[in-house]
Amino acid sequence: MISFESVTKTYPGPRRSAADVVAVHDTSFNVDTGTITVLAGSSGCGKTTLLRMVNRMVAPTSGRVQINGDDIAHMNPVQLRRKIGYVMQHAGLLPHKTVAENIAVVPRLNGATRAEAKRSVDRMLEMVELSADMADRYPAELSGGQAQRVGVARALADEPRILLMDEPFGAVDPLVRTGLQQQLIDIQHELGTTMLFVTHDMSEALRLGHEIILLAKQGRIMQQDSPTRLVEQPANAFVENFLGLNAAEKALRTRTTADGRTMVVDAHGRPAGFLEQA
Amino acid sequence: MNWVTNNLETILSALGWHVALSVPAIVAALLCAIPLGWLAHRLPRYSGPIITGSGLLFAIPSLPLLILLPVITGAGMRDGINVVIALTLYGIALLVRSVADGFNSISSETRLAATALGYSGGRRFLTVELPLAAPIILTGLRVVTASTIALCTVGAVLGIPSLGTLFTDGFQRQILAEIITGIVLTLGLAGLFDGLLVVLGKMLMPWQKQVA
Repeated sequence: MISFESVTKTYPGPRRSAADVVAVHDTSFNVDTGTITVLAGSSGCGKTTLLRMVNRMVAPTSGRVQINGDDIAHMNPVQLRRKIGYVMQHAGLLPHKTVAENIAVVPRLNGATRAEAKRSVDRMLEMVELSADMADRYPAELSGGQAQRVGVARALADEPRILLMDEPFGAVDPLVRTGLQQQLIDIQHELGTTMLFVTHDMSEALRLGHEIILLAKQGRIMQQDSPTRLVEQPANAFVENFLGLNAAEKALRTRTTADGRTMVVDAHGRPAGFLEQA
Repeated sequence: MNWVTNNLETILSALGWHVALSVPAIVAALLCAIPLGWLAHRLPRYSGPIITGSGLLFAIPSLPLLILLPVITGAGMRDGINVVIALTLYGIALLVRSVADGFNSISSETRLAATALGYSGGRRFLTVELPLAAPIILTGLRVVTASTIALCTVGAVLGIPSLGTLFTDGFQRQILAEIITGIVLTLGLAGLFDGLLVVLGKMLMPWQKQVA
């Protein structure tokens, strides 16, 4: 289990006289082992800051983060990062390394021999459904979707127990995104990895999360629940709004067109289709 | 042509000296420029002074420098070490900016990824940052190589042997063939070294589609 205990992160203001910028204020929550927990919220809500606290890319100004009861502030950050997978928005592949070399990075850093790393690479390529002849390509030769598959493969290559994902599928087209999401669900099911997933896309959160934590500014938790409960029992207007279930927004109206047909329009008057008699 | 065949030994000796003086200077300039350029990249506040300051080294006139250096180093006026030091200084002047540009060209996303993967500082520098900065450093190094091989001839005025000796001697003794041989070999050597660097770059940086 990963537990955030009253974590706060402030950054010094842009100028010496300016007030400190509060990215996260006194946030506490737990991430259960072996589940996908989604941190959802608009940009600037502190979700990425919270994510980066787990591998010590960001140090909390106060409060602490524990993994299975151990305070990570006492762990060596480099060693910690080698045990935690990290996937970022544009894959972040190292441009001077081939696909195989990128995937082999963490096993090699952890002391795997070339032969052992090669086995990890083959296994991971198969897992993310990339053909073996991709292994010798360079990142510049990959499509966005392929690069992101390699990003996932690289993060999982040394079988970390925890995987952090920062809007990993935000930059790929919708069709590819759906495929990648399904693949991630399958992989998580197979490996039982604890995943913390950051997104601003509510449909993605609902699709992937066993648990969804909806955040407002400064990491304020508006609701932490399963997708079903979040939709059925939104805790407040903020949650309803974010889910897009707000009645006025979703309401459809009808209008008779010049040729006598009945057109359905949304709240903004944009056509949604025609009404047909059954 | 007769002059060339009759003086092959003199020519080869001059060529040997030229290589022996310019190669150590090119290597030394690279080794000094990498930490300086890296500092300019890491300390944005000082990057202006570091880059401009080292660039100004190029403004030092070469002959006075070659006369002054023996006073500082204590080596004899005709010791090759003075030429090597002078050429190294000029090389640093040209290279520091390229090195800083090279490190600055690495995307913050790539750095972030390397840190998140668990690279330690030193390992990240050697296996991620330096290779990614290398294409731009190489562009600078090619300029330095050409400039060093050309400048190396200046030492001949003070009697330090190099291909430049062929011009000075040729002028004094009015041997046109000797002057032309010196010029052709200097240009040829610069071209050869440039070609070697391009080939080396392609071998070491296969992710680069083209090294211009």
